[in-house]
Amino acid sequence: MSMVEAIRDAHGVAMERDESVVVFGEDVGFFGGVFRCTQGLQERFGSHRCFDTPISESGIVGAAIGMAANGLRPCVEIQFADYMYPAYDQIVSEAARLRHRSAGDFTAPITIRMPTGGGIFGGQTHSQSPEALFTHVAGLTTIVPSNPYDAKGLLLSAIESPDPVVFLEPKRLYHGAFAGRPDDRVIPWNEHELGEVPDGHYTVPIGKAAVRREGADLTVVTYGTMVHVAATAMDESGIDGEIIDLRTLVPFDIDLVLASVRKTGRCIVLHEATKTSGFGAEVAALVQAKAFFSLEAPVRRVTGWDTPYPHAQEWDYFPGPDRLVRAMAETLAI
Amino acid sequence: MNPLERLRARRAAEDAGEDPSMTTPEAAMGRMDKPYGAHDPTLPPPVDSTLDQAPIPLEHRLRMYELQQEIRQVETQLHRLFVMGLVQGTSHLYTGMEATAAAFGTLLRSDDYSFATYRGHGHTLARGASMKGLIGEMLGRESGLLGGKGGSMHLTSVEHGMLGSYAIIGAHLCIANGAAWSARYRGTDQVAVAFFGDGTTNIGAFHEALNFAAVYDLPVVFVCENNLYMEYTPIGQITAVEHPAADRAPAYGLESIVVDGNDADAVYLTARDALEKARSGGGPSLIETLTYRHGGHSRADPGTYRPSAEVEAWKDRDPIPLYHQRLLRIGVDESTLTGIQTSVAERVDEATEDAKAAAKPDPSVIFTDVYADGGYQWRN
Ligand SMILES: Cc1ncc(C[n+]2csc(CCOP(=O)(O)OP(=O)(O)O)c2C)c(N)n1
Ligand SMILES: [Mg+2]
Repeated sequence: MSMVEAIRDAHGVAMERDESVVVFGEDVGFFGGVFRCTQGLQERFGSHRCFDTPISESGIVGAAIGMAANGLRPCVEIQFADYMYPAYDQIVSEAARLRHRSAGDFTAPITIRMPTGGGIFGGQTHSQSPEALFTHVAGLTTIVPSNPYDAKGLLLSAIESPDPVVFLEPKRLYHGAFAGRPDDRVIPWNEHELGEVPDGHYTVPIGKAAVRREGADLTVVTYGTMVHVAATAMDESGIDGEIIDLRTLVPFDIDLVLASVRKTGRCIVLHEATKTSGFGAEVAALVQAKAFFSLEAPVRRVTGWDTPYPHAQEWDYFPGPDRLVRAMAETLAI
Repeated sequence: MNPLERLRARRAAEDAGEDPSMTTPEAAMGRMDKPYGAHDPTLPPPVDSTLDQAPIPLEHRLRMYELQQEIRQVETQLHRLFVMGLVQGTSHLYTGMEATAAAFGTLLRSDDYSFATYRGHGHTLARGASMKGLIGEMLGRESGLLGGKGGSMHLTSVEHGMLGSYAIIGAHLCIANGAAWSARYRGTDQVAVAFFGDGTTNIGAFHEALNFAAVYDLPVVFVCENNLYMEYTPIGQITAVEHPAADRAPAYGLESIVVDGNDADAVYLTARDALEKARSGGGPSLIETLTYRHGGHSRADPGTYRPSAEVEAWKDRDPIPLYHQRLLRIGVDESTLTGIQTSVAERVDEATEDAKAAAKPDPSVIFTDVYADGGYQWRN
């Protein structure tokens, strides 16, 4: 099934199992969300459990916090990650910190879903990848799935998590395993093994990365869309790289990353988000601090350019396979 | 009942062996109890025929006619260009809503400021920005208003006082206050106008902007173009009051103003008063224009959430034929009007050819205009 269907399914399973799960957001109820990730839920569970809200990101997240602190399990949608800024205050100042300041008495187990990344020529207000704005904040869990199987299992984990979770859905992956070249056919998820999604309840644990491809020459640490871009780069270049799909950025699966880097001696971090103060900086810092003596080359970042997301030059901005191949070759030459 | 109370009631009902559905009234979570699309249509207001005699200079009326034609024909052309795959990204057409931009465009002084949303093609044309620049921008060309850097949702023409199209709901209302403030600070009598939709009245920035403008008596006019839908959700479903803008005006000490947004003359008269008030130090106004978009919210919209009787009724109340008829009634020749139509059509064709022939910008433009000194290099 597609990633959209997997996310829909996860909602359905969560709502079926636990009556305290409620789902809301702009156009989420009747219409089923702009990307249709909540389609059918209102019909199935009623408008008291899946409903439309006004344009009010701060209101949505604030209400979710209040509900969560009083026994509900809200899973809310922000239509595009780019619209979360009006809610950022609620996420950072309240959701992330309630547990700490109330000495554990008052908590906010909410899930905030939002589509992330480019893919629709949406320009600077419909293409951003703001994960680092969340990973920077203690108290938040940040998840970025790269396929339908993980999306369902991770979303169920997120909804069941006792902490606030930001769940970023790469919109390029909603309907297929986009592999980094805009003119190539996108492999639909039903032709992909990670598009096989079991019925019913299962979870993918928060904080566990996955090795997507084993390799000896270098480690590419990545997540979301870029997992597939990395695979393309390896296929095309013949470089025997190991691809680690983080799945969860915070908590960070440092053990898996270190084990891989200790084996390969080289590490590249790949993400679509801008470079400076991006999550790649954190990965690079951790890897050099903890695996310094295993490294044969500096840790390198391959990212979207440090500019606003351009409107017409989406593919010049996007860190596609060619940029990664070049970086891998340079890293291997050291 | 809040959700928790409802949950508790449901659990209690289950414990008591009752049917839990009885304690979870569906309608309690929304203001409408019918599925969208099957809801009662909101019909357009009757045409006010007394407006034929409104004291509006003929040249202004002809300009409003021309602007409405320009906007309609450009939108129609852009729609064709989408279908041909020439427009990158989505786009939000203003078709059916032209009267508001046309009336303000006619009245605004060239040094006034305007601010629009992602549905801003019409507001940009209405300030006199070139069609070539607009269509070029839509096609992501060097000849575009912003050299292809902004696209449909960020059309801007500072030279024409069009201080931008904003894609994050509500942001520009606050920015318009600043523009208005700057005018007063500099001792000019310029006015800032911010256009936005009904859905926008529910975000905090709307309320912040209204209060701010009222507190400081700023020369700003807020124009809510109420097309009855916030994307795919009927506005009444998620708004506490019937008139999303006008009913909130008294909360900020402002007059409630609702005007027929499909009649350029009605908008004109209201706009003229508000602009004069702002210019002469009388402070802000909030105007709600009632209108309807003929098409979907954006390119990908199937439009099933609107009752078909409503869509039909509003299409019949199309602002352009209405205005055409009025001009004929007050004695304008049919040939004058067809002349305007044809010359607009010629300009649209010419602008389209110009845009198609224009070069695509070099990818290196990504790195320019990030900082004033171009100093992005250390970052990349
Ligand atoms: C902060 C924010 N939240 C959500 C959106 C997504 N969005 C874009 S347009 C729109 C509906 C706006 O409705 P309205 O204000 O009535 O304007 P209309 O499109 O009808 O002209 C929404 C929710 C956004 N752009 N910004
Ligand atoms: Mg609207």
